[in-house]
Amino acid sequence: MHHAVVEVDDLTFRYPDGTTALDGFSLTVHAGERVAVLGPNGAGKTTFALHLNGINRARSGRVVVDGTELSERTLTEIRRRVGHVFQDPDDQLFMPTVREDVAFGPANLGVTGDELQARVEAALDSVGMLAMIGRAPHHLSGGERRRVAVATVLSMEPSILVLDEPTSNLDPASRRELTTVLEGLGVAQLVITHDLPFALELCPRAVVVDGGRVVADGPTHELLADAELLHAHRLELPYGFDPRVVQR
Amino acid sequence: MGAGHSHPLHVHGHSAVHRLAPEAKVVAVFAFVFGVALTPREAFWAFALDAVALAVVAAVAKVPARFVLTRATVVAPFLGLALLLPFVADGPRTEVLGVAVAVEGLWGAWAIAARALLGVTASILLAATTEIPDVLKGFERLRVPPVLTQIAAFMLRYLEVVAGELGRMRTAMTARGYDPRWLWQAKPIAAGAGALFIRSYERGERVHAAMLARGWNGTMPELRGAPATTADWTRATLLPLVSLTAALAAALIART
Repeated sequence: MHHAVVEVDDLTFRYPDGTTALDGFSLTVHAGERVAVLGPNGAGKTTFALHLNGINRARSGRVVVDGTELSERTLTEIRRRVGHVFQDPDDQLFMPTVREDVAFGPANLGVTGDELQARVEAALDSVGMLAMIGRAPHHLSGGERRRVAVATVLSMEPSILVLDEPTSNLDPASRRELTTVLEGLGVAQLVITHDLPFALELCPRAVVVDGGRVVADGPTHELLADAELLHAHRLELPYGFDPRVVQR
Repeated sequence: MGAGHSHPLHVHGHSAVHRLAPEAKVVAVFAFVFGVALTPREAFWAFALDAVALAVVAAVAKVPARFVLTRATVVAPFLGLALLLPFVADGPRTEVLGVAVAVEGLWGAWAIAARALLGVTASILLAATTEIPDVLKGFERLRVPPVLTQIAAFMLRYLEVVAGELGRMRTAMTARGYDPRWLWQAKPIAAGAGALFIRSYERGERVHAAMLARGWNGTMPELRGAPATTADWTRATLLPLVSLTAALAAALIART
């Protein structure tokens, strides 16, 4: 087995209004692994994801990325290693052009000049968006924005990508293109999604989250074939979709 | 490489004027307009010289005359006001095409029209050869507080997003039969404005989180072109040099 990229141990988090969002959340992800994070609305998936790079800070428990424990001192290093792709690309793409947006992360890490240029081009190339380098983000289509959003964190050369609802608002063709792009990246990925067929196609392993903790962890095709488990946690397969007969 | 369809005032190109560092261009336009404003209104030749200087810049930048002229129409309302001056001003009168007009008013109208046209043409040329993010970068290098330039940059980026949200909200209202005609029907508009404000505020928080996630630490990285070189500054001086020298010469001639 590869070494662990992310080790999350017994995280507890409460929102200021007292709602408990995470309640003993533990998860380990290994290098190169793609793991789907499934669960109903309000299960704590996004809250958990924002703990991985210290945007949310847990009351108790610990987060270790690449052997480095998350703390005030290691925040910058952890944020380099955890590439977070937000749900709405309009939140992620805030610079005037695609080039500057992809350069934003590495530039904050002190990368400059030719190396910065090379990283920007490599990141855009790996998502097939190099031709869009000079465009303004708001002139791209939804699918293009999503792929550029992935490039903005790839340029930081992260150890793990965290994707929050990557297929939301995408048409089936854009969704297919995104799947191909993500499958082609060697980096470990945590994919938060309601899109169960997408999870099955992209991620060999899945965890089900409910009530702020992991309630099931196993091969995606096994979890999705367990009707009782899905029903207990408000997960539903699309009409007519049978994970047991999908060619894998 | 295309900079996209950046903004309607921009003419894509790679001329010497386009390549000039933005801060040099910004200073050049301000200094040029300063010179134009100082030029005595009697010195027709000085204004003509300024116009020729702008025409040369436009030619070097390959900005079509038509493009400049159609955009210069924004000063039309001011020109309209200026044209009233000869009729309303006091003092000695003269006849133009059989109509009695005030001499002082004629001079006033001429001065406003000439200065406004030269000033607006200079700004149109700046906008035509410089993308807005570059103009902002120029201001930043001229020691305008980064907080102000960043607010302007984010406003530009999110203007279309917010306008899109507003458009969808209006469509949703119309779809449910809202067709305001009277003032007392304005309440949903106010509620909509409030909702838009909250949404924009929340988006601001999400963008901030996205910036933190990519290692932002309070200052924006330097990503746009190199700062102005001595050669840039020298070239940029040429334009204001014309208007300032002309203003000075005209003032000296008027005194003798």
